[in-house]
Amino acid sequence: MVDSKQQWKAWLYLAPAIVLLLIFTVWPIINTVRISFLEGYNAMSAVNGAHFKFGFGNFKKVVEYRGFATCLKNTMLLCVLTVPISTFLALLIAVCLNSIKPLNRLLQTIYFLPYVTNSIAIGMVFAAMFKIVGFSVEGIEQSTSLGIVNNILAVFGAGPVNWMNQGSSYGANIAVMTIYIVWNALPFKILILLGGLQSVNKQYYDAAKVDGTSKVRVFFRITVPLLSPMIAYVVITGFIGGFKEYTSIIGLFGENMGPVGSGADKPLNTMVGFIYDSIELHQGRAGAAALILFGIILVVTLLNLYVSKKRVHY
Amino acid sequence: MANETMMEKDMQKVTAKQRVIRIISLVLVYAFLILMALIVLFPFYWMLNSSLKSLEEYRWSIPSLFPHKLRFVNYVTAFKAESLSVSLGQLFVNTAYVGIVSTILSLVVTVLSAFAFARLEFKGKNILFAGLLATMMIPGELFTITNYTTVYRFGWTNTFIVLIVPFLVSVFYIYLLRQNFLQIPNELYLAAKVDGTSDIKYLWKVMIPLSLPTLISITILKMMGAWNSYIWPRLVANDGAHSLITNGLRNAFTDTAGDIDYPVQMAAVALVSLPLFLVFIFLRKYIMKGVSRSGIKG
Repeated sequence: MVDSKQQWKAWLYLAPAIVLLLIFTVWPIINTVRISFLEGYNAMSAVNGAHFKFGFGNFKKVVEYRGFATCLKNTMLLCVLTVPISTFLALLIAVCLNSIKPLNRLLQTIYFLPYVTNSIAIGMVFAAMFKIVGFSVEGIEQSTSLGIVNNILAVFGAGPVNWMNQGSSYGANIAVMTIYIVWNALPFKILILLGGLQSVNKQYYDAAKVDGTSKVRVFFRITVPLLSPMIAYVVITGFIGGFKEYTSIIGLFGENMGPVGSGADKPLNTMVGFIYDSIELHQGRAGAAALILFGIILVVTLLNLYVSKKRVHY
Repeated sequence: MANETMMEKDMQKVTAKQRVIRIISLVLVYAFLILMALIVLFPFYWMLNSSLKSLEEYRWSIPSLFPHKLRFVNYVTAFKAESLSVSLGQLFVNTAYVGIVSTILSLVVTVLSAFAFARLEFKGKNILFAGLLATMMIPGELFTITNYTTVYRFGWTNTFIVLIVPFLVSVFYIYLLRQNFLQIPNELYLAAKVDGTSDIKYLWKVMIPLSLPTLISITILKMMGAWNSYIWPRLVANDGAHSLITNGLRNAFTDTAGDIDYPVQMAAVALVSLPLFLVFIFLRKYIMKGVSRSGIKG
């Protein structure tokens, strides 16, 4: 029975949350959708009573804008590279971790460390590891550090590579970003996959052992299918995270979103970066870009769910 | 008879072979895991190593794996940092203030709402809860665009309010805590009602102690969020006095010629990273539990 005293008590307890959600969550959803369909919307002129035409102008502007294509390409490329690499590595590490006893806890803790970091701060450390540091006094090159990554490569007789200094190639820049993002994404994936492995019924493995099934076969025929719900989960969250990549690139390259002295304007910018660049002066355009981002994430997630429905066991 | 001993020998051979394979694969597994662990740890080692060098030693073409002379003074320089509009110490204080205040307020709001959803009956409860969960699918950037203009209209820019209030309510935390509250048997609540205990007292004496692990997870995730927030403060609180640690960090330690004093920069990075590590070491269990249920960074 719902008594009226409980009714108003419940609404009283919910009041602070509801008021805040109305202002900062519900209203933004309505308003952002609204302004993205008002051509050339700008909050400043809106306050001064300007009127904006309803239409798809903002979306058209966003898609036609040259910088947007770059952002979309960078974001897609990072997703396509980092999600498979980090998922595969995390799966391998989780399976190995699950098969050992000594050192297990210590290794688990170590693998989780990248999670508890500040993505800007550690991005700066990665930049320091990849960057060539040199300086010239009156035209004479002084002692130069190639960066520890190039030093390590030299041990194997490779390199040096201009990873992210002036004049570095797009491929090298993407490689640095991929390495950093994978490093950053591993802890969460390992945690989820390891949790999944620990709940897998040991009987399947015992049966395989009796049959003398090879380790590789066991991995692909038992471990992967049984883990498939967790794999689907880390792939989906990985894609969502990948589409929102932004601060890690600021950590590596700074607010220029590109190597120092590169001619292009923010050559390594991403979708989220594009939204934040237009937020101060072109809110309509930012809203349109955010809706496009939401649409892409939705489509990719649904696609993933569709594939995993066919593939995921249980 | 002879046949049998032959078979036995075969069996022994097989088990010996199996044992060798098992040992080899174990060695390979450990080699792989330790190699990966070293790769994961390397940036931290390099950060500490670089932070204790002089700039001259940092530029050596063959890098030293351990600083020749430990220059702890880099940390002092980083803390005073002239290139920052406010000192790193002030940024620490700002960030801690925002983190603590927003965590406490957020916990109060979350506990009250989770209690209403878990224990009280009211019209439209399920629809409201489903509606809240639906908002979790929407990317945060969509909110930020309108919130940016909203806080300008409120005149909140360059205050601490703007860093605290808009993110006070997290639907995810309400959901997490509600699930936890639901596990506490309803009989306890009814018994407390019979005894004439007030809701608040019941919450304080029964619900909160029983769901402490979840509350600790929420606290840590919220604090980490404040420590790592970068985009929102840059947009709405960029006057220096209200800047947070990450904003200060990114743009500092570059002199006018564009040369970066890497050792000092690395010292600052280490200083910023340290609190997170301390929290992690002491509260490892809660963090990992919270993260495995959240799936979102920060």
